[in-house]
Amino acid sequence: MDKTENKKAVSRRDFVKGSAAVVGSLMASRFPLSANAYYSSDDAIRVGLIGCGGRGTGAALQALSSGQNVKLVAMADAFRDRLDESLSNLLNPENSDAPADGALDYRTRIDVPDEQKFVGFDAYRQVIPLVDVVLIATPPGFRPIHFEAAVEADKHVFMEKPVATDAPGVRRILAAAEKSRQKKLNVVVGLQRHYETVYREWVGRIHEGVIGDIVSGRVYWNGEGVWVRERQAGQTEMEYQMRNWYYFNWLCGDHIVEQHIHNLDVANWVKKGHPIRAQGQGGRQVRIGPDSGQIFDHHSVEYEYADGTFIQSQCRHMPVCMNRVSEAFQGTLGTAPAPGELLDQWGHSIFKHRGKDDLNPYQVEHDELFAAIASGEYKYADAENGAVATMTAIMGRMATYSGNIVNWDAALASNLNLMPERFAFDADPPVLPDEKGNYPVPVPGVTQAL
Amino acid sequence: MADPHRSDGDSAISRVTEETIAGTGVVFELVLVEGGSFLMGSPDDEVGRDTDEGPRRRVSVDSFWMSTHEVTYDEYAVFRYENLDSNVSQADSTTFNADAVARPSPPYEDPAHGMGNQGFPAAGMTQWAALHYAKWLSDKTGHFYRLPTEAEWEYACRAGSGTPFSFGDDATALDDHAWHYGNSDEVFHLVGQKGPNAWGLYDMHGNVAEWTLDQYAADAFSLLPDSAHSPWVEPTRLHPRTVRGGAYDDDPDALRCAARLRSNLNWKRRDPQIPKSYWWNTDSPFVGFRLVRPVKPVSGEEQENFWRLVLGE
Repeated sequence: MDKTENKKAVSRRDFVKGSAAVVGSLMASRFPLSANAYYSSDDAIRVGLIGCGGRGTGAALQALSSGQNVKLVAMADAFRDRLDESLSNLLNPENSDAPADGALDYRTRIDVPDEQKFVGFDAYRQVIPLVDVVLIATPPGFRPIHFEAAVEADKHVFMEKPVATDAPGVRRILAAAEKSRQKKLNVVVGLQRHYETVYREWVGRIHEGVIGDIVSGRVYWNGEGVWVRERQAGQTEMEYQMRNWYYFNWLCGDHIVEQHIHNLDVANWVKKGHPIRAQGQGGRQVRIGPDSGQIFDHHSVEYEYADGTFIQSQCRHMPVCMNRVSEAFQGTLGTAPAPGELLDQWGHSIFKHRGKDDLNPYQVEHDELFAAIASGEYKYADAENGAVATMTAIMGRMATYSGNIVNWDAALASNLNLMPERFAFDADPPVLPDEKGNYPVPVPGVTQAL
Repeated sequence: MADPHRSDGDSAISRVTEETIAGTGVVFELVLVEGGSFLMGSPDDEVGRDTDEGPRRRVSVDSFWMSTHEVTYDEYAVFRYENLDSNVSQADSTTFNADAVARPSPPYEDPAHGMGNQGFPAAGMTQWAALHYAKWLSDKTGHFYRLPTEAEWEYACRAGSGTPFSFGDDATALDDHAWHYGNSDEVFHLVGQKGPNAWGLYDMHGNVAEWTLDQYAADAFSLLPDSAHSPWVEPTRLHPRTVRGGAYDDDPDALRCAARLRSNLNWKRRDPQIPKSYWWNTDSPFVGFRLVRPVKPVSGEEQENFWRLVLGE
């Protein structure tokens, strides 16, 4: 980078700290920082991580590996041990292909002094003012709170999916998304299929009409399930639920929301819209007992779109069963049997993506986000789509929990708030176990789901 | 162990045997690979050759039993899922406890990418997970099973041949012997559908590529002493490690006896967590494995040392 030009440049720090109006106007001009200028730490894009679990740690590593001058300077988690683990995993060279020394070693750009490690429910408030970009990877229930705060403080955002666990949360995200648009803040949501070559190539061709109009589809996340964290002696109920968050709806949203959102989002992407109605069934057959909280282990939902077509959805957490995580669509002129494949109506291949050496989509989403931020461009506004995908999944859960038809407008307007009244380790979470340690599980026909 | 059911008239020792995994009903077949020496690697003028396949070296290996087929989903499943295992072991010397076995965590997605389970190769596991299977199988059967070294693998693949493929040098004949990009429809197939090599081993070329025990080093052959015996590049890093045989989604060059593939972290690219799964690769459904069982007895202590070394435990 030209040195004269460098002196003239507004430092990114000042620039992002400015008022909303000023930020907006400056964003329009390109910020003259080239990739070669990387390692001058004064100009670094300062990143803060909120939520230091496995995914948050992954996001931080990808931000640091984005090819831009990124520094990790602050971290927040509900638990100190998770934060420390995250930092030690980031520093472990086995977790990355990046060269272990020299200028490309991202570990030299991790600078999180003890006074910039924050712990507890309010830790996010302390991270946000210290950084230019916020990575949000806490359990999904907290997403609306953290995203609102980041947008309020004029920060660019990477946040994981889903973006809420209930309709009030989705509405908060939609409102904050609108603000982030006005402020021209880049927002990327971790629905990484949008950043994955095979999906971009595939959906692009479907949108070109290669297989005609899409008249039906099937989407799946049938897998074995995820981790269980055992209750430890001395834990409050709130701490236990925060540790074993996957199994509590206020935190996770059930696996139809937490995982299957990816496939439902692809359906919306292909259909260029969200469903207007859902009907389905689900339950808990294999994964029962106190350590799996209140969520179902299977859901099957039919989603109706505005043009009268249906997408069938299945998600399951059961071992030793058929596993499939995929999407398939039928068009008037052919079929799309799996991502990267298109057949004409006689079954002949018309497109096949050979993706063995494709880039890591989790890396691509950060590469693109940080390239935009480094050049001062406003390019990514994923929050609204993230909210719609989340609502699609929540509507499915409302259908399987209630056993009834759920309409989009009613689902989105639902005032069923799953979140606790008070966030503290001595506070009661919104769902509590009975005397045997079992949690109330939704019952179709009985449960009020919206 | 079941009695040998087939004998080679020229040999005092039976050439094929079976192993029944105790208490599970799962059976697999092994063939005896007589020790000997061979030229490891490919000649400079081999079509499709990579420089890491040379210089060719004369290498010898000891006799070993090798599974005739790639380890199948069925075999791996009784290790992967505790409810399919039993608390029975054939080993006299070990006390097997099914509850205490380290078993694969649930994968992020189907590691086989929906290509099939029963009768299909077990696929998408890390080398560490393949080795854990071998240890479990050793505890379960009382026979010492492990991954083959690169040298053992290539010796077995060549089955006495010095040509690019064990059946000769004509890649157009590959369809009779292997699943590759041109004939596989880009999915792996039931094991054992194609013709075996001269020593009775199926799918050494193609279908799924196979883990070996070695750290990958591009210059591994040039560092070998003359007439090396049982060479093994002991791993010190997670990647790259050496994978052999090529797969259903590879072009013929990658299926040659001498072709070497190196593992890398991109095979876990869609695993969203750090640290990524120790057990599963999200993006290597084209990698499986087969096991060998050395003929020469390996003491309990040697076995323990081996597992400590390769599993880092």
